[in-house]
Amino acid sequence: MGPNDSTVTIYVMGKRYEVPADLAIMKAMEYVGYQFVRGCGCRAAFCGACATLYRKKGSYKLQVALACQKIVEDGMYIATIPFAPSDKRIYELDKIRPSQNILLEYYPEIARCLSCNTCTKACPQDLQVMDYVQAALRGDLKEVATLSFDCIACGLCAVRCPAEIVPYDVAQLARRLYAKYLAQTSEHLVKRLGELKEGRFDEEIQRLKGLSREDLTKIYEKREIRV
Amino acid sequence: MKFAYYPGCTLKVTAKSFEESAIAAAKALGLELVEIPRWNCCGTVHALAKDDVMHYIAPTRILVRVEEMNKQGLLSENFRLVTICAMCYNTLKRVNSVVKGDAERMRKLHDIMEKETPYEGKVEVLHLLELLREVGFGKLTERVNNPLKELRVASYYGCLLLRPKSLSIDNSDNPRVMEDLVEALGGEAVEIPYRTKCCGAYHTVDRIDIVAEAAQKILKQAEEAGADVVAVACPLCSFNLGERQEEVAKRFLGFRKIPVVYFTQLMALALGLGEKACGFEENHVDPRPTLRSKNLI
Amino acid sequence: MALQLTNQTFRISDRNRKFSKKIGELSGEKIDLCYQCGGCSSACPMTSHMDLLPSKVMRLVQLGMEDVLKSRTIWVCSTCLNCTVRCPRGIDIANVMEALRQTLLRGKFNHLDLDGVKREDLREIPPVAIISSLRKFTA
Repeated sequence: MGPNDSTVTIYVMGKRYEVPADLAIMKAMEYVGYQFVRGCGCRAAFCGACATLYRKKGSYKLQVALACQKIVEDGMYIATIPFAPSDKRIYELDKIRPSQNILLEYYPEIARCLSCNTCTKACPQDLQVMDYVQAALRGDLKEVATLSFDCIACGLCAVRCPAEIVPYDVAQLARRLYAKYLAQTSEHLVKRLGELKEGRFDEEIQRLKGLSREDLTKIYEKREIRV
Repeated sequence: MKFAYYPGCTLKVTAKSFEESAIAAAKALGLELVEIPRWNCCGTVHALAKDDVMHYIAPTRILVRVEEMNKQGLLSENFRLVTICAMCYNTLKRVNSVVKGDAERMRKLHDIMEKETPYEGKVEVLHLLELLREVGFGKLTERVNNPLKELRVASYYGCLLLRPKSLSIDNSDNPRVMEDLVEALGGEAVEIPYRTKCCGAYHTVDRIDIVAEAAQKILKQAEEAGADVVAVACPLCSFNLGERQEEVAKRFLGFRKIPVVYFTQLMALALGLGEKACGFEENHVDPRPTLRSKNLI
Repeated sequence: MALQLTNQTFRISDRNRKFSKKIGELSGEKIDLCYQCGGCSSACPMTSHMDLLPSKVMRLVQLGMEDVLKSRTIWVCSTCLNCTVRCPRGIDIANVMEALRQTLLRGKFNHLDLDGVKREDLREIPPVAIISSLRKFTA
């Protein structure tokens, strides 16, 4: 640490530490000697492994974050939540259909939703969790799929929900059903796959494979994208 | 006339014909039901405990939405919320009256619903039947071009439209609004003694025997009174008296099935709004043979 | 205070008084107003499935006898509010039933087990039935 670096005080599982002020929570915990064997993953806010709850000294507010992203703040009381238990239902996507009641059928506990919004407040991705659970209750698969698209299943909403719902399991079923049965298929994609299978691009691919790294780089930098 | 409209979960799932016929019939009378954006489940049945706050959140959110709609100028009938499902009506109306008079609870609710604008207590909750009565059954009769002649309709109110007395849409012991509606449509109103007796409600989930017994008593009276169809105003009553007739038949020898329809389906029929608006294919016991025999379709 | 009920003598203890008071507070009803007219029992459509009549339940609550929590009655109630409308003293008996249920439900007790409901049923039953039964019967 140089003369310009500053430190902040954080508390990990109740124990006090001084850490550099520019570290993310995960890095700060590793700085003081914790080793992550579970509860860490991509370190890029995509895998949802590092869900974290924290409070700031002087405030009752319970806050949420992803440990790999959130920069430490002075007075943070940190608790990482490596896992949230859930009862994921078993279904065969080929055998079930997107009927109106399908989500209620597999996850009847969504009927317990109180619309209290605790899940939305617990989401580190700022998703509209309550809205998608309500959409699930209404049978609106498209809305569930749209609103839950960026969900990384970190587990915080499930841990906090007073009705004991696991929103992301419900959303996953909705997205799967939507993608398989309801979403529009891309005609261009289907056409292009057909062309590939016919071998229309075989020659060109072979030619590219034979090029040297420099030639390939030149072609890549000069590429045109036509819409 | 534009009213805020709260559908409730069931009308979008297993009771679509109720909603479609209601919206079509209302439109024919110049009433536009504007669905609330971003609505959530009302969380029926109303929580009775005195200290309850959690279960008030969902209904209060809906009331806040109506106030928001008003501010956005989406309604012509200010702050009036219409529902079609009797259970949603009961829950919303009860919550509304409690929170309006309980500042402490309101404060706690606003605290929990921190991201919502506070509820100002301006909304009035109505059931569609009340609205129709307000518009005037005479006006309804004027628009009828397919009167339900010789159709004997037993009206079944269920519980939540009439109880508790403070929110009853009519006289709790001797209501007339549905019978008046049937007569305004040109039908013959048949009164059965059990028209306000509980159908078993939520026991249909794990105590089907209770529902079967209640349904049998009600439907037998309708049959004995010579009714052709039973008209209901709630999607759960429709299920308990309709789909559950299979369970009744299993338990009671000699039980004769009788069609159960929504009062709005009868309206759509009498106003000549077409087959799609009536939605008779969704009724568990098909009313169409009976209606055909009376030359109504 | 001692009472003769059939051939048993029952003494009302502090615990009984506490229970009675608790139910009164949770429901917000004046339990002591009930004078056992039986109107609620005659109005109730579910009595054939009950072990204790509603008016009996009211009496037991007045005496603070916690055994009332073991009855089937409180789970058979369908909240139809007929009793409430009938009561000449203005007591909301359905509310008292709910307070008795809440006393158990708030102790992590679930009356309804969703595992026992078949999947085909969940498909057919209107959502409002699932929502309301979970609301009334689960913690």
